[in-house]
Amino acid sequence: MERRTLLRTIAAATLASAMMVGGAYAQETIKIGASGPKTGPLAGGGAVTYWPAIQLWVHDVNGRGGIDVGGKKMKVELIEYDDKTSNEEAIKNYQRLMTVDKVDFVIPPYGTGINLAVAPLIARNGYPHIAVTAVADGLEEFVKRWPNTFWTLGTSQGMANGIVDLLKKLKDDGTINGKLALVSVADAFGIEMSKTAKPAFEAAGFEIVYESSYPLTQQDFAPIISAAKNAGPDSFVAFSYPGDTFGLTQQATIADLPVKAYYTGVATAFPAFAGANGAAAEGVLGIGGVNADDPKIQDFIKRQKEVTGVEPDYWASPVQYASLEVLEQAITAAGSLDKGAVIKAIGEGSFDTIMGSWKFENNIITKFWTVGQWQGGHFKGVASTGLDGAVAPVLKKGWK
Amino acid sequence: MTPLLATITRREAGIAVIGAVMLAAAATLPLFDTGFYLSLALNIAMYVVLCTAWTLFSGPTHYISLASAAFFGIGTYSVALGIETLPFPLLVTIGFVASAVLAGLVGIATLRLSGVYFVIFTLGLAELVRQVVTWAQTNFTRGVGLYVFTDFTEAHIYWMLLGLAAVVYVTGWLVNRSRLGFALRIIGNDETVARHVGINTAMAKVALFMISGGFIGIVGAFLAPRFAYVEPPSAFNPMISFQVVIMALLGGTGRLWAPLLGVIPFTILFDQISANFPNHTSLVIGIAFMSVVYLLPRGVVGLIEDMRRMKRKFRIVWTDDAALGKDPAE
Repeated sequence: MERRTLLRTIAAATLASAMMVGGAYAQETIKIGASGPKTGPLAGGGAVTYWPAIQLWVHDVNGRGGIDVGGKKMKVELIEYDDKTSNEEAIKNYQRLMTVDKVDFVIPPYGTGINLAVAPLIARNGYPHIAVTAVADGLEEFVKRWPNTFWTLGTSQGMANGIVDLLKKLKDDGTINGKLALVSVADAFGIEMSKTAKPAFEAAGFEIVYESSYPLTQQDFAPIISAAKNAGPDSFVAFSYPGDTFGLTQQATIADLPVKAYYTGVATAFPAFAGANGAAAEGVLGIGGVNADDPKIQDFIKRQKEVTGVEPDYWASPVQYASLEVLEQAITAAGSLDKGAVIKAIGEGSFDTIMGSWKFENNIITKFWTVGQWQGGHFKGVASTGLDGAVAPVLKKGWK
Repeated sequence: MTPLLATITRREAGIAVIGAVMLAAAATLPLFDTGFYLSLALNIAMYVVLCTAWTLFSGPTHYISLASAAFFGIGTYSVALGIETLPFPLLVTIGFVASAVLAGLVGIATLRLSGVYFVIFTLGLAELVRQVVTWAQTNFTRGVGLYVFTDFTEAHIYWMLLGLAAVVYVTGWLVNRSRLGFALRIIGNDETVARHVGINTAMAKVALFMISGGFIGIVGAFLAPRFAYVEPPSAFNPMISFQVVIMALLGGTGRLWAPLLGVIPFTILFDQISANFPNHTSLVIGIAFMSVVYLLPRGVVGLIEDMRRMKRKFRIVWTDDAALGKDPAE
């Protein structure tokens, strides 16, 4: 619907300008293609993190009159497809975007596996690939093979070490004891995170008094929380997926889990988390985070809600937007729509984004938020790999 | 070999020639386009092989298997785990053998079950294998995702799938005319009768389930290089199981070539829907699917057969009338 309206607007605009300049054949718009989940298991995450940030960016760019390409302002036309959370669909969609629709640039998909699956294809067609919602280790090798890929959200190693270092500091200060409960979901994210975190916790002198892993489809978290409560730790760390993040926290509230540090994984940074848990969310630690005091971030949150009606999450949403700012600034820096020149500009330039100043090191953003915490109704970054604006963590004081 | 070749009828030889020509024509596609249309054709080729392999077993026996994703994933993982150390053809063979062995084990355990019990068990199987793989990777390897770096392009994978399609068709034809195929048709019509006439029904079913599962494993192995990164959710995607059943049923399962009639039009139709209605794909596909099931209850093959019968009836009426000296146009 939106696409058609936009198309019609652009068609009219093109026609009008063509009549004015007397039938010049120059390209008037930049076609940008996106394929992400509108249906399937990842559709929920895509609806919060992926699509709204893209829509806001297109709205912003066209509101400014377009992207500056060699002194000429060109508006952006967005073409969207649904990948149904499937690799085959995603590959087909990007093929269609690049070889049939002949878009000028693509926005990579949502999700680690799908990003890596379409990377060879995007590389073969010579397009830049600025991945956001892809957290994996071993990216260095990937970059060597496909130098057109850029990675922005960080590594699972960095994320896991973030929470370990944070708790270690609290322990060394004497604010918490060394007893820890460690829980993880038995799926990609939970496994990779606990693989790094468990030995790191042990090396930091933590005693793991309770450890458990649960299947992806788990619904009842009462046994886990009560067993963890009985073990009497000061810290509770769960590398969890959205459904379990909510389930564990609700159960912890019911059981009044007496810990001083409580950490959950994906979706802790979603606005819906605070909505569902109310006052119990206060003091909860989670993966991700933003510089909540930064006026740029505050402006982004406010405007995304106004323009798209969807409140962004406090982790990947602003990064998704920032990745598009990088694309825009790289196009302007290259001064043309030449894909090779834009790839070069992304790799070499430094970019002014809502996430602060960005510069890729060997195609990877090495400074990213690792841990955030709900403080006073906002999810604020408390630990990062070298970013400014982290606030001091607070201890969890009850669930009411 | 001679007795086999000698029994080929003129009609079968004709079909073989037509099939070979069509296959050869399909194989030239990468010469014209290596972009979107090749990708679409690759998806079609993949589902043609998957659905035909599925029909090999489920067509004659009427057992609905939802285990395709399990075999597919095993094939994918065989390649992903060994790509650094072993040659690709060997890995494909391992994928075939491993899937066939799993099918054999599952077959022995469950093919005595019938109807809905078998469906439920096969549905659980893909999830079970996925959990086992995840568990094994957690405990014995570094991480969950595996990189598959090869020099294969989509054209290579497409050609491999076309070759596999030919093998599956020939296998299906051989099975169909063998004692095994005959036994399976009797089982499909009435299993009790089959047992009473002395057919070892369990053996026959297990044997065919293994062949079918093995082929699906090969498809998974061929597809691994396309994904570059293999992880349990994508390798054991349950959607594969459902899509295979839906497309095979849309084509019809009575004949070996029937799934072809389901896969080609419906892949293209679904693709057009997702290109034109990106925000309402599920809704429109659901409506399209329901109308297809309502209008073509026996699949595309059923439609073709109905049309043939009507034509024949019309011809009979016409000749009868002609014999009576009436004007057929009356």
